[in-house]
Amino acid sequence: MQIMIEKLSLYFQFPFVRYALIVGVLISLSSSLLGVTLVLKRFSFIGDGLSHVAFGAIAIATILNLSNNMVLVVPITVLCGILLLATGQHTKIKGDAAVAMLSVGSLAIGYLLLNLFSVSANLAGDVCATLFGSTAILTLTMTEVWLCIGMSLLVIAVFLLFYRQIFAVTFDETFAKATGTKANIYNLLIAVIISVIIVLAMNLVGSLLISALVICPALSAMRVFKSFKSVILCSVVISVVCTALGILLAILISTPVGATIVTVDIITFGLFSLLGRMTGGKI
Amino acid sequence: MALLTCQDLALGYEGKKVVENLSFSVDSGDYLCVVGENGSGKSTLIKTLLKLMPPIKGQILTGDGLKQNEIGYLPQQTEVQKDFPASVKEVVLSGCLNRSGLGPFYSSGEKKLALANMEKLGITNLAKRCYRELSGGQQQRVLLARALCATHKLLLLDEPVAGLDPKATADMYQLIEKLNAADGITVIMISHDIGAAARYASHILHIGHQKPLFYGRKTDYTASELGRAFCLAKGDEA
Ligand SMILES: Nc1ncnc2c1ncn2[C@@H]1O[C@H](COP(=O)(O)OP(=O)(O)OP(=O)(O)O)[C@@H](O)[C@H]1O
Ligand SMILES: [Mg+2]
Repeated sequence: MQIMIEKLSLYFQFPFVRYALIVGVLISLSSSLLGVTLVLKRFSFIGDGLSHVAFGAIAIATILNLSNNMVLVVPITVLCGILLLATGQHTKIKGDAAVAMLSVGSLAIGYLLLNLFSVSANLAGDVCATLFGSTAILTLTMTEVWLCIGMSLLVIAVFLLFYRQIFAVTFDETFAKATGTKANIYNLLIAVIISVIIVLAMNLVGSLLISALVICPALSAMRVFKSFKSVILCSVVISVVCTALGILLAILISTPVGATIVTVDIITFGLFSLLGRMTGGKI
Repeated sequence: MALLTCQDLALGYEGKKVVENLSFSVDSGDYLCVVGENGSGKSTLIKTLLKLMPPIKGQILTGDGLKQNEIGYLPQQTEVQKDFPASVKEVVLSGCLNRSGLGPFYSSGEKKLALANMEKLGITNLAKRCYRELSGGQQQRVLLARALCATHKLLLLDEPVAGLDPKATADMYQLIEKLNAADGITVIMISHDIGAAARYASHILHIGHQKPLFYGRKTDYTASELGRAFCLAKGDEA
């Protein structure tokens, strides 16, 4: 125990570790907000697809040698998010196929481009880092840190501002439309926020593990709580705690950050499932 | 001017007509019952009135200062997600959305309105319960309370008693009648229950195959040959 604390306090003298923790907590907070909506609107698969798009975008940004990847990755992902949600809504099956095409396509093309044009000596390492976010969070530049903080705060602000609209549109879109809520605009808004979250979360856990980060806390909370508000609050708490715990653990036992966070998330899901069984959904 | 006037409407999906030549008007305080066979286009009419889909032909005029977002709606089947975590209170409150602005909270006035409507429908004790764990009849009441939060003028009800037991059905009809008579809310209701229609409604719209068969006062309907035949046929079924 003593050794652990010493080790931690040693690490916390490095600013990048502190930044990692702050950014990690903010990202997990904002990503958990929309987890419930994502699950309930059956958008989880779109989140997954978008994360692969983000991988493709990063590949392009890398070979273009951009100083800041985000400049390219954010717009591309948001655009694809809007496209997918706009087309996926009405034509269910075609939507699924479109997602599959887009996600696998961007993975393949991204990897191909990297192989063809990459200047990096350690290509496999780079790809692995983008896919699993092995150390990404610990190597953020100052600009990226501020960008992450800014975007997280933006997501949180938008969510709070439109909380009731998001509830109405998620719960019963037809009624919302019938009583004059512009459901399509809010669907678009949800698509944009989800895309931004995906890009954010990519920094934390890498593109393959994003879905877990976004969805696990929501699923855990839904096992135990029965109102929208309590589920959201609970998944925020779960997400933040798991991420903080995951980052600390990863530092202590030198494991990849993303995988550690997601593992903690999954263990929590197990615990909450048990808790849900025991309380029988009385809360 | 009437609250709602439909002129020579043709309804349908993607250019394919389901009903045409629909003309009728609803005055404030009316209780219009829409009857007709399965697939005759009753739900389609409601969806068109709600502007969820455009009419193929004709127009819908609103009067008496009725705004499009002041219509309460009880759907035939809610496309509510099966495992959605929402408390009854949250669902009822969401009906207030059309009258409020942005931000995470409802105003105290809106909360009061929601409470009053829950009181009216006798679901105050369910407030904290999870919506998806209620019985069909209870859910129906919750959705009606939500619809009441969205309007104090016009309610569109698509088979509000479908799936309810006789007692709950009677209760539901009485509630709706009270809303119409005591609170002066105009009601347009779809029902397969011609007995109830004949009992509670002030006007009847009978939609047949592709065209309306009757529109007018209930007393004229029950006196007409069509009405008697329809009532009799239904009576035989029962
Ligand atoms: N989304 C849709 N797309 C295409 N056609 C539809 C759609 N919904 C309904 N229809 C068709 O329109 C016709 C009228 O349907 P509608 O739901 O209005 O009937 P209804 O009178 O409400 O019947 P019920 O008593 O069973 O509720 C039916 O023939 C149906 O097949
Ligand atoms: Mg119908």
